[in-house]
Amino acid sequence: SARVMPTQERKLFSSTLFHKIFKAHTSLSLKKCKGCLYKISTSMVEKGTSLLKMMEISVAEAEKRTGKNAVNMQETYTVYLIETRPVDAASEGTNPVPDSLWRRYSEFELLRNYLLVTYPFSVVPPLPEKRAEFVWHKLSADNMDPDFVERRRVGLENFLLRVASHPDLSSDKIFYSFLTEENGWKETVFETGFQAKADSRLKALNATFRVKNPDKRFAEMKHYGDELQSVISQLLRVRARAADRLYGVYKVHGNYGRVFSEWSAIEKEMGDGLQSAGHHMDAYAASVDDILEEEEHYADQLKEYLFYADALRAVCRKHELTQYELEMAAQDLTSKKQQREELATGTIRTFSLKGMTSKLFGQETPEQREAKLKMLETQIEEGEELVKERNAECEEFVKSAWVDIERFKEQKDHDLREALISYAIMQISMCKKGIQVWNNAKECFSKM
Amino acid sequence: MSASVVDNTVSSGNSSVAIPTDISGQILDLDEDDELEVFSKDTSTTQTDGSSFNASMQTSPASMINQYKFEEEEEDADTKDIFVTVDNPESHVTAIETYITYRVETKTTRSEFDSSEFEVRRRYQDFLWLKGRLEEAHPTLIVHPLPEKFVMKGMVERFNEDFIETRRRALHKFLNKIAEHPIFSSSEDFKIFLTAGSGELTSHKKQGPGFLSRMGETVKAVAAAVRGVRNRPQEFTDMQEYAEAFSQKISSLDKVTQRIVREQKEYLEELKECGPTYALWSQSEQELAEPLKNVAGCVDNCCKETEEQVKHLNDHLIPVLHEYVLCADTLKAVLRRRDNIQADFEGKTEALATKKADRDADSKVLSLAWDSLVGRSPEEVKQQKQQKLKGEIKEMRDELDKAEDRLEWANNALKTDWTRWQKVMRTDLRSAFIDTAERNVSYYEKCLAVWESFLQSQRTDAEGNGKVDSS
Repeated sequence: SARVMPTQERKLFSSTLFHKIFKAHTSLSLKKCKGCLYKISTSMVEKGTSLLKMMEISVAEAEKRTGKNAVNMQETYTVYLIETRPVDAASEGTNPVPDSLWRRYSEFELLRNYLLVTYPFSVVPPLPEKRAEFVWHKLSADNMDPDFVERRRVGLENFLLRVASHPDLSSDKIFYSFLTEENGWKETVFETGFQAKADSRLKALNATFRVKNPDKRFAEMKHYGDELQSVISQLLRVRARAADRLYGVYKVHGNYGRVFSEWSAIEKEMGDGLQSAGHHMDAYAASVDDILEEEEHYADQLKEYLFYADALRAVCRKHELTQYELEMAAQDLTSKKQQREELATGTIRTFSLKGMTSKLFGQETPEQREAKLKMLETQIEEGEELVKERNAECEEFVKSAWVDIERFKEQKDHDLREALISYAIMQISMCKKGIQVWNNAKECFSKM
Repeated sequence: MSASVVDNTVSSGNSSVAIPTDISGQILDLDEDDELEVFSKDTSTTQTDGSSFNASMQTSPASMINQYKFEEEEEDADTKDIFVTVDNPESHVTAIETYITYRVETKTTRSEFDSSEFEVRRRYQDFLWLKGRLEEAHPTLIVHPLPEKFVMKGMVERFNEDFIETRRRALHKFLNKIAEHPIFSSSEDFKIFLTAGSGELTSHKKQGPGFLSRMGETVKAVAAAVRGVRNRPQEFTDMQEYAEAFSQKISSLDKVTQRIVREQKEYLEELKECGPTYALWSQSEQELAEPLKNVAGCVDNCCKETEEQVKHLNDHLIPVLHEYVLCADTLKAVLRRRDNIQADFEGKTEALATKKADRDADSKVLSLAWDSLVGRSPEEVKQQKQQKLKGEIKEMRDELDKAEDRLEWANNALKTDWTRWQKVMRTDLRSAFIDTAERNVSYYEKCLAVWESFLQSQRTDAEGNGKVDSS
């Protein structure tokens, strides 16, 4: 379903609020915009996504609620406001009030689990992390911390936008009602019975170990997913530690401010210069907060792909499962055919319990053999059907999954490259601030 | 008992004023009259045999100070006429010990030096000796501190390369500060330090005031310290307060800077792992491989720059701050010594007053009873006593006058040197801070260039691939 948006639609698109947001994303300066700081892949949007064409989506606010949970205990949780607005309405110049409803994180999780089961061949966009990880000392690991909540809000919006721009996922009804129907959505999801369709962990693990001939590309992709997860984790860890240290360096400079100020009180000619230099040291110390806040957004971008790696591996595991089931069916068929042959020719080529027992207890009667043969024939027929079915499933899966994996690869390359560029821009901004502060300080020192 | 008396001719001015060095020693030795004697010596051996007494050089302390001030202002305008460098550390191994010597090279146009270039080797002990001599000779002048004997924190080997280099730099600064000081630079001891062969230096060192005289000095100092000063002039109290406060502030700055260096080093440790992680990642990627490798390179470059910056802080700012921490202690010591001189004077004043009271009170009868018991006539005894007292009083008055002169001299010397020191301190610290600020700017500029080149490469890439990044 890759198609480029015709010019007419593109014009419509450009006047929406979302597109303004989108435009900010593609610019190389990090202007903070309403909504998220993430960039949505240009290619995705341009290739035409059904839902995003029709509506704007945003996660506008977060609020704390208290209520009774399943075991009747008081709990505090956060809810997020999802706002939607038809694209056309905004373009007409009027600014209608958007439709909105509140959802909590667990509902997002439910939605995602549904999508995972229902679209096993899609690389399903990840949710922002459940608990704060890779924290450094200033960041709070508390889920209720306002900074964490804010970053989660942004992450949730990003999730919705990604789903809404996905060629397959965006047209899902459950997704649509998640966005539009506050009440009864949960029941609707459960009614789909998706939970029953979910593959058990054990089954999946078993398949991974036993599959004989998985598609090479998927095996490579899985391996890539492992590597990606490992290296991004490492990068996030190192980055968090470095951020911690950098925070220390900047903050200690604040002490210069204090001492310079105290010192200036006992000096005559040096006093003014020292005092003003001290102010700049304070400014320097304070500047690190903004710097690291911006870096946190970069970390969030990396985290998204850390979790995407998992989604990627899930698709590969599903392939292994379908392939394994095909192989099982084929193997079963082969063995049944063999049994038939043995029975028909009377030769026992392979060891079988039947063979042994017949040797021990004597051959069966011709009638018994006939019956058995007939049963086998039926089974073989069924088996062949099953193999054909499974084969088709497998092929279908491989085809769809590979399309989405390619799409994902392109998106990842684009997004991560943009992330690296924005990181460079952040560093440049930090350097510029540093140059300014120290030049100012130098001037003050000259006046000492 | 000899004091080191040298001809301190200040060369830059037209008039040559011989400024006595160790006055207190001289006073003890001399039994001439009250006027300050000035001896001129032009050999390294010291004998107070009053060799050449130049009457024209007899001046009062006050006028000498004026001369000093005049010289100081002139000196600022003049170019340096003596250049001292300390370099080339070498280790020497003997049966008993291992030690380091440094090459001290002097280039000068001063007339009192026999030649224009000198090269000698000196060890830390020699520097200590020189400092001690200068302090002895000028108790209320501020001698720039020497690097410490050994590092307290951590087990720093004396022969560790960094330690030796740090020490060498500090020794170099020490000698240069002495050379720049109007009074110290004309010190005979300084000249000997710069020019004498090692044998000559050793024998000169032995010529210092003997053990007994030094003991005497110490006892006097302790006595004065115990006595305490009664009427310290406000200006010296102000100086004391300043010295205290300055000491605190500069120590804080030293600590803050050391903390910054520590944090920077730890930051560097973490940052060093970032580059390789990006490089590792690039190995799993295709499209992203190039930008990732690029970023890895950028991070590594920034690491190098950070390392340089930390080194600079360590090698330049920290030693200067450390020097001034030691200076603060010197200030306090100098003020203490001045106090002791004043206490000594006050003590002598009191003693004289008491003696005078004794003399006046003697006309009262008190001890006459005893004397009559012993069989002397009251008149005789009284005469004897009066005679004795008169002698004692004269002696004490002489001592008192000398103490007063000493005090006035010390106060003026201190005041002048204090002002001088403040100017030097201001210059030193200002340039150290400016230097640091410049270095930091340079650090950020270099990192900026690194990341901008990355951006540039990505833009060129994008344009090359037909994608256009809006910017």
